[in-house]
Amino acid sequence: MTVLPYLVAGWIFLIGVYGLVTSRNLIHAVGCLAVTQSSTYVLLLAVGYRNGGTAPVFSDAPTDSRVVDPVVQALALTDIVVGATVTALLLALVLQLRKRHGTVDPDALSELKG
Amino acid sequence: MDTARLLPLVVAAPLLGAAVLAATGRWLPRLASDLLGCAFAAATAASALLVLFRAGHPGPGAYPVEWVGGWRPVGGSGVGIVLVGDPLGAGLAALVSLLVVAVLLYSWRYFDEPPRHHTGSFPALILVFQAGMCGFAITGDLFNAFVFFELMGVAAYALTGFRVEEPKPLQGALAFGVVNSLGAYATLLGITLLYARTGELGLAQIGRKLDTAGPDGLVLAAFVLVTTGLLVKAAAVPFHFWLPDAHAVAPTPVCMLLSGVMVELGVYGVARVYWTVFAGPGGLAHPAFTRALLVLGVLTALLGAAMCWQQRHLKRLLAFSTVSHTGLFLIGVAVLTPEGVSGTALYVLGHAGVKAALFACTGVLLDRYATVDEHELFGRARGLPVVGALFAVGGLALCGLPPFGSGLGKAVTEEAAGHTAGWLPALYVLVSAVTGGAVLRAGLRIFAGAGRRPRDQEGEPETTGEEVPETGQRLGRIPAPLVAVPAALLTASLAIGAIPAVASAVGRAGALFTDTGGYRRTVLDGRAAATPALPPPHWQTTGVLLGLLSTGLAIALAALAVRHPARTGRPALLAPVRRLQSGHIGDYVAWLAAGTALLTVLTVPGIR
Repeated sequence: MTVLPYLVAGWIFLIGVYGLVTSRNLIHAVGCLAVTQSSTYVLLLAVGYRNGGTAPVFSDAPTDSRVVDPVVQALALTDIVVGATVTALLLALVLQLRKRHGTVDPDALSELKG
Repeated sequence: MDTARLLPLVVAAPLLGAAVLAATGRWLPRLASDLLGCAFAAATAASALLVLFRAGHPGPGAYPVEWVGGWRPVGGSGVGIVLVGDPLGAGLAALVSLLVVAVLLYSWRYFDEPPRHHTGSFPALILVFQAGMCGFAITGDLFNAFVFFELMGVAAYALTGFRVEEPKPLQGALAFGVVNSLGAYATLLGITLLYARTGELGLAQIGRKLDTAGPDGLVLAAFVLVTTGLLVKAAAVPFHFWLPDAHAVAPTPVCMLLSGVMVELGVYGVARVYWTVFAGPGGLAHPAFTRALLVLGVLTALLGAAMCWQQRHLKRLLAFSTVSHTGLFLIGVAVLTPEGVSGTALYVLGHAGVKAALFACTGVLLDRYATVDEHELFGRARGLPVVGALFAVGGLALCGLPPFGSGLGKAVTEEAAGHTAGWLPALYVLVSAVTGGAVLRAGLRIFAGAGRRPRDQEGEPETTGEEVPETGQRLGRIPAPLVAVPAALLTASLAIGAIPAVASAVGRAGALFTDTGGYRRTVLDGRAAATPALPPPHWQTTGVLLGLLSTGLAIALAALAVRHPARTGRPALLAPVRRLQSGHIGDYVAWLAAGTALLTVLTVPGIR
């Protein structure tokens, strides 16, 4: 088992956080949030991988064949559903903000301070 | 009847109610949708209370455990989902449900909900929020905790930005959503690491498997990541920046829930995960956990109190008071004793009623005067003596005045904390006095017109309180529920402190909560945890005196502030702290990353 997928997952998370911190556009920021979330997909799938394993579907494979962990795949699916909900809601808020405020630049939003 | 069977209902009933309201809301008149919402919330409260009372009786299997769908673990491992009705979790679910009923009654017919011709969307969202919070309180499975965490998060973002026609709520909801979801993803990374190590997702199973080996870097990373998300929800410094922005702009009924229970659920999550997963020899050493949470808790309490004192936007003032009280709750959890946990639980119970009542009174001001600005409202609410009296009582209860529940919680927690570090009770007194004093100051100015009219200061970053009323038009006469609900909430808070049976039940809940081995045996082996014999928390002379001291200090501070507004308003020394609250999402995310690093540094010695 190589360490590469774990490094990739960490890197994706950090690059997403970097994007969020430096973002000048809220749509871009919501995109960055989705990027940080994709690091959880990579990590989940990396954790469940087994060398030489096949998909955990036994209809066309013998029941003793070596398969990857199906639990993490269920978790990743749930995670995707959660992510889609969050992203859709936040994008809707950004759209509405554009209508009411006329901007999607976080630097221009200054009504809540101090 | 087996009360464990009721556990899934605590989550399913509000979800069903939300689905019914979402499907039929278009055709229902407003009254019917409000009634439906209340009925489903009340049914949930009833089932949570039934579980709680069964959990309160000693007997075989000290508390109910339900493996949903009968998917029990085989040989100590399995993929089934478990719901655990231990007294603290079930009690929190009951608190959430009762507060939801109060909130729905408060917004009964008066809250002007967009969209105009689609009633039912507001109670439906509140019910989804309730389902998420109840599920989070009673789940015994870490991945499910993440799902419920996000469910309550998404419902809360939507509720915060509910008045979509105004710019401020959108901005607050967006900051809330981005920061909280980022925290949740960090939690999920941590959960994945724990799964990689143990192959389990249940709290009890993970804890058992971890304890078969010593702690190492992976366990530390998992702890830091899981805790980061929970601390974001708990609004611990430096993860707290989203909270004032969200609370200041959310509709008043939503603020009551956010401040009253949601933030506290973050603290509960930290305590629950630590005691069930990391408290054993394979987890994180106790001194490291205590040090990390003490540092964060003290910072949170002090910063929250300092910011609270400087606010003129009433909802923001109350929001910062929540931040600072969360700091006190974190300290109660950090000391890692049953007394600390039961004291914190009492404090949370009392605080929920008081804080919700204060927000409810603020809502009356907002709907009548279209502002929640302390300076603009100066002396204008003289004609509302009842609301003023409720606000003042709320302020006094927030200081920890005996015999309020918040006072008993403060007394028990500060005594438990005093055993860890002798100066901690002083912090409790100071923080309660400053936050309570800020509330009393605002009450004196608004409802009595006391002292001199404060003048605006130029050139400082601040949020003033100009808002749009939540009722269709400005209120002339105050409708009964807007006064009855805060009065009932304050009475409940008083009862929690004054009735000894409540305190002894909470004491037992705290003892069961901190029994790591007992929890694992009850969940996995179906064996009853032995009820530990501990003296129940009660009023002691020191606690009463310290409560009176903080109340006296708060009154003195408030009197000083209304007499000399120029000198006591905003110390220049604290201007840099105030500028940190910049309203910029990027800054908040950067602070989150810094907080995670701080947490790592503080806990590294715990794995040696």
